[in-house]
This record gives sequence, C-alpha cells and structure tokens, in this order.
Amino acid sequence: MNDVIDLREAVVTLGKFPALTGVTLKVTQGEIVTVCGPNGAGKSTLLNLCAGLLPVREGSAYVLGENLRENRRAIRQDIGLLGHKSGLYDDLTVEENVTFWGSMVRAGNDEIAEAIKFMGLDGRLRKVLVRQLSAGQRRRASFASLVVQRPSLWLLDEPHAALDTDGRDLVDGLIQEAAASGATVLLVSHAPKELSSPSGRFVTLAGGRVTSDINNEGSGDGVS
Amino acid sequence: MKIKLLESNDGRPNATSSRSTRFLGICLVLGIPVLILFAFVFSPKDDTMEDAVRLLYIHVPVAIFSYIAFGVTAMGSIFYLWKQSRWWDTTAHASAEIGVIFCGLTLVTGSIWGRPTWNTWWEWGDVRLVTTLVMFLIFIGYLALRQVPASPHVRAKRAAIVGIIGTINIPIVNRSVEWWENSTLHQQSSLTDGNLEDLTLFTWFLGTLILAIAYVWLMIHRFRVGWLSTEYESLGYGAAIEERKAEADLHAGTRSGTTEEGEVE
Amino acid sequence: MEFRDAWSIALKDLRIELRSRILMNQIAPYTLLIVVLFGFALDANTQTLRDTGPGLFWVAVLLIALLAIQRAVKIEEDDAARERMLLTPVHSPSVFLGKSIALFIQLFALEILLFFVMLALFDLSVEDPLLIFLSAVLATIGIASSGTLYGVIAAGVGVRETLLPILLLPVIAPIAIGATRAFGDSFGRVDADGWAWLGLLSVFAVVYTVLGMLAYGQLVEDA
Repeated sequence: MNDVIDLREAVVTLGKFPALTGVTLKVTQGEIVTVCGPNGAGKSTLLNLCAGLLPVREGSAYVLGENLRENRRAIRQDIGLLGHKSGLYDDLTVEENVTFWGSMVRAGNDEIAEAIKFMGLDGRLRKVLVRQLSAGQRRRASFASLVVQRPSLWLLDEPHAALDTDGRDLVDGLIQEAAASGATVLLVSHAPKELSSPSGRFVTLAGGRVTSDINNEGSGDGVS
Repeated sequence: MKIKLLESNDGRPNATSSRSTRFLGICLVLGIPVLILFAFVFSPKDDTMEDAVRLLYIHVPVAIFSYIAFGVTAMGSIFYLWKQSRWWDTTAHASAEIGVIFCGLTLVTGSIWGRPTWNTWWEWGDVRLVTTLVMFLIFIGYLALRQVPASPHVRAKRAAIVGIIGTINIPIVNRSVEWWENSTLHQQSSLTDGNLEDLTLFTWFLGTLILAIAYVWLMIHRFRVGWLSTEYESLGYGAAIEERKAEADLHAGTRSGTTEEGEVE
Repeated sequence: MEFRDAWSIALKDLRIELRSRILMNQIAPYTLLIVVLFGFALDANTQTLRDTGPGLFWVAVLLIALLAIQRAVKIEEDDAARERMLLTPVHSPSVFLGKSIALFIQLFALEILLFFVMLALFDLSVEDPLLIFLSAVLATIGIASSGTLYGVIAAGVGVRETLLPILLLPVIAPIAIGATRAFGDSFGRVDADGWAWLGLLSVFAVVYTVLGMLAYGQLVEDA
C-alpha cells in the first residue's frame, strides 16, 4: 500500500513557538489513525501540516506523494479538513452552505443532495440558517460540506464533538466507509475509547512529537 | 544598492557599528559644519528668494533621498517576493523608515520655506507638495503594518505587497494632482537655468553629498538593528524545541505511554 | 481562473447581505447621517453645499466603503471560510474577483441612494448624466478592487478596524480627486474637463484589479 502520510522529524513553528518538534509518522492508504494526547500537544497543528496549510521548517514531509517542502498547494484539493472552524456562513441556510462549498469543489447536484441527506439534514433543517443551528447540527452541516468534496485524506479534529449518539454513529459510519473506499482518515480524539470504529491504531502526541504508536490489530511498533 | 559593508567577518552584523560606519559617521560630523558654513556664510543670497534659499540646501537633497529611499523599499519588496530572503525584507523596512523621516523633513522644511517665499505654509494646488504628502501617508501605513505581530514571513510578504502597491500608486497620485490643479509653484529645475552662482551650485552638491552619506550611514545602522531584531526573534529556537520535547517526556513519564487522553496542562 | 467560481462567490456574498441586511439597515442610514452632518457643518448655505457637493459625495462613499470592506472581510473570518477556500481547487484570482464584484454591487447600490438624497438636499442639477454614471462605475470598480485587496492585507491581524483606513485611504486618494472632478463637471460646478478624468479612473481600476488578482493568492496563504 502507498504511504499517504510520511513525516520524518517534521518541525513546524507557529511564530516563535515550536508546535511540532520532530514528528515521525507513516500512514498507509485506507488506514484510520486516531491521534490523541494532552491539550497543546500539537494535534491540531499536525492536521494543519498534513493539509499543506503550514510550512515545514525542518525534517521531511510527504503527503499524498507530494513533498510539502516544495509544494504545499498540490494536495489541498484532495484534503477534507474539519477543524474547530469549518467555513460555514452564518447567514446562509444549510442547503446554501453545502451547495456553495459543493460548487467550489465541483460536486454535482446529486452529490450535494445526497450529502445533506446522509448527514440527516434534509427536511426542515435544510432551510434553516446555520446561525440558528445547535452545535451538533452545525457539526453535521460541516460534515456535509466535506462529504461533497470526496477527499482522499480526511483530517478530522474531534469529529464527535457536540454530536449526539446518532450523530456519532453516522460519523463513524462515514469514516469507515471512506476508509473502505480507499481514503485515509487521521482523526484527533479526546475520547478514543468511545470511538466505536475499528480504528486499530492510536498515536499519542506530546510535546510536539509522537510518544507512542500502538496498533491494536497487529503488534505495536513503538516509536520513542 | 548593494552595500558590501553590511557583512562583518562571520557574514552577519553582530553590532550596528563597524569601522566603515564609523568612517561615514566621522565624514558626517566633519561635513555638516562645512555645509552649514557654506549654506549660511559663504553662499550668496538669492535674488528673489533672499535668505530663504539657504533652506533649499537641505530641502532639495532630503526630498531626493526620500524618493530614493522609497525606491529602495520598492526594490527590496520586489526582491523579497522573488528571493524570499530576509536580507531584502530588512533592507525594505530600514529604507522605508528612513524614507518616512526624510519625507517628513521634506514637508516641514518645504513648509517653512514656502512661508516667506510663496507667502503660505501650504499650497493645495501644488503637485509635488500634495504628492509628497500622500506618499508620506502611504509609507506611514506601511510602517504601521510592519508593527502588527505576525510570523516573520507573513509580515514580510504583506509589507512587500503594500510597499510595491504604494510605490506604483505614487505616479498615479502625481498625475491626478497635476490634472487636478494643473499648477506648481515649484521652480522647474532651477539648476539648469545657468544663472546660478558657482558657490550656490557647489553648496547644493555638497548638501546632496552629505545627505547621501547620511542615508547610507543610517541605512547600515538601521539594517543591522533590523537584522539583529529578527535574529533575536529566532533566538532560543533550539532551546524552545528542547523545552517542548521535554514536555513529552514528562507526559510519557507520568502516563507511561497510555493511549488515554491526558490531563489538562 | 474560472469566472463561474467568481460569480458563485459574488452571489454568495450578495445573498448573505440580503439575509443580514447590514448594508441596508445600518450602513445606509449612516450614509444619510453623514450627508445631514455635512449640511450642519457647512451652514445652511445651499450655495456652499452645491459647490462642495461632489467632494462630499465621494468622502461619504469612502467612509461607507470602509464599513462595507470590513463587513466583507468579517464574513470570511467568522468561521475561517478563507482557509477552507484554500482546500478547494478554486484559484485565488477568482476569489478576488468574486469578492470585488460583490463589493462593487453593494457600493454602487449605496451610491445611487446617496446620489438622489444629495440631489434633493443640496439642490443640485445634473448636466451630464452619462459622465456621472461612467465616472461612478469606474471609481467604484477602483474602490472595490483596492478595498478587497487591502481588506485581506488587514485581515486576521486583530487591529483590522484601525489598520485598514490608514492603509487604504491614502491609496485611494486619486479616486477621490478624479471622481470629484468628474462629478463637479457633470453638475456644472467646476470648469474642468470631466471626461479627461475618466482616463485616470480607468487606469486606477485596471491597475488595482490586476494587482489584486496577482497578489490575493500570496496574501491568503499562511495568513
């Protein structure tokens, strides 16, 4: 299988602060990897790095076969990044938001309708302004606007936050489906045990580097 | 302008003065009294401007070098976007700061000179006056933008774009003001009239030379201050990395590699 | 660059405006307030108001443009939509054009309102409607493109509200001069060749549209 993410001693600084101090991580295609670690460990920075949004200061970083030190733009349209903020416009309805982002990523009308339906947002919620949604509904809308993109690499920052049980199941199903169809998922979670998905691999981040890498399915290949 | 003096032995300035800047400084210390002597004692009064002409020995050179300084800023900005080197960014910043000071001096000396000569402190109809004022304001904005905290590259990139656009804007402003009032009170190049006294001409050149030295001298110092301050910003990078890595050991020590989400720091 | 993307982005901004009505409910009344204050400041002397009318019009436009630009930047900042856009195949010149088109349409609508209010309150008569129209279009293109460009420069720095005016206003000084002259001529208030100013306004509009399309991508990166 191909390596979708291949980081070696990657260092990323945010201003003067070294958010990542040398991350070494390999993720192959179709894997679902959970990243955990204390607050401020650099988890969100890791996702932004893999999305090609941050410059690599030292070390090497290849994502989807592209060298991020040379070209950070080439991979971006294949990335689905769900951060704490996800680019929804408060004064547009759910449907308008998903349609807008769908048209930005060249999705067809069917795909847009399907994504809305899949996230349980059809019916009444479709025509509701995002401003008026609850946190969980908003999360679903964010997901819908990602689903239309059909990314090859999903980078999800606490995908379960604010979601109810149904929502969690939905997201877990989505993640598995994505992985089954050849996409790769890297997700940050504060409660990995609650994750029902068979994410076999747990990577712990602390102090801006990987402190443990445990694969429940196979033998854990510990990284110091 | 490539300034060779900028590099000391290790290729980086480690202090803002060096033998060459001291030499330039001494030239200024000696040159300025000579300029004052020539401007106030040796050179004759002007037929029409009387004693006010003496202000022009500083006004005209300082105006010329404010334009040159902004030109250097624009060049530094272009080269920064092209080469992405800190050298050009620091050059652009240093030159803009000196340019703003020179430009301010130009406006003030011009205003003082205008009072006895044109009988007004400020003349809105004058193209050069208004253009210079707008240029002054544009580069004040440039310096304000540079003060905004951001990562060095983002800050440099934004500033470079503002610097280039600001410079492109100067001829547009100049055109618009010229059409606006279509008049200038400025002498159209008094230098080429040919009826200037030799001593007046010499004093003028002396003033220009002194200002050139002053510009270069200030540039070198300001560049080095800028360089050192960016150096300072990246100082402690290695220590910060080690410190942050230690956080990981702390975490790993207490938790010994559990996959559980850890405690709040 | 695809124009279709630009148009979708412009429509999105306009739709947001139609929903939130910030422009209509807040900026438009502010515009009227400015005009009334000009009246107070310059005495109840209609002659003075008529002579200064063109200049007051464009000063008012610059003030409302600042608010409209801030609003356009805020829309993209609230939920990090600008960063989200980086993860799509849309080219940055298209984004720049889209934002500029939306700003242009909003400003132009406000200008029409302001124009008729001033026409009535300042008792102005139009001698050359075509010149008024063309100079307003060109000047507004210039303001919209330079505003979108400087809006993103000042975006995300925390001091956007104060930084934007000092960066933008000196740069658009030529528009204030040019459009004022052209309006003065069309109102028959000054003895100037208003048509000659259209050249300058179009140079400005073209220069800033091109610069904006070139620079926008650089500016949204890492910002």
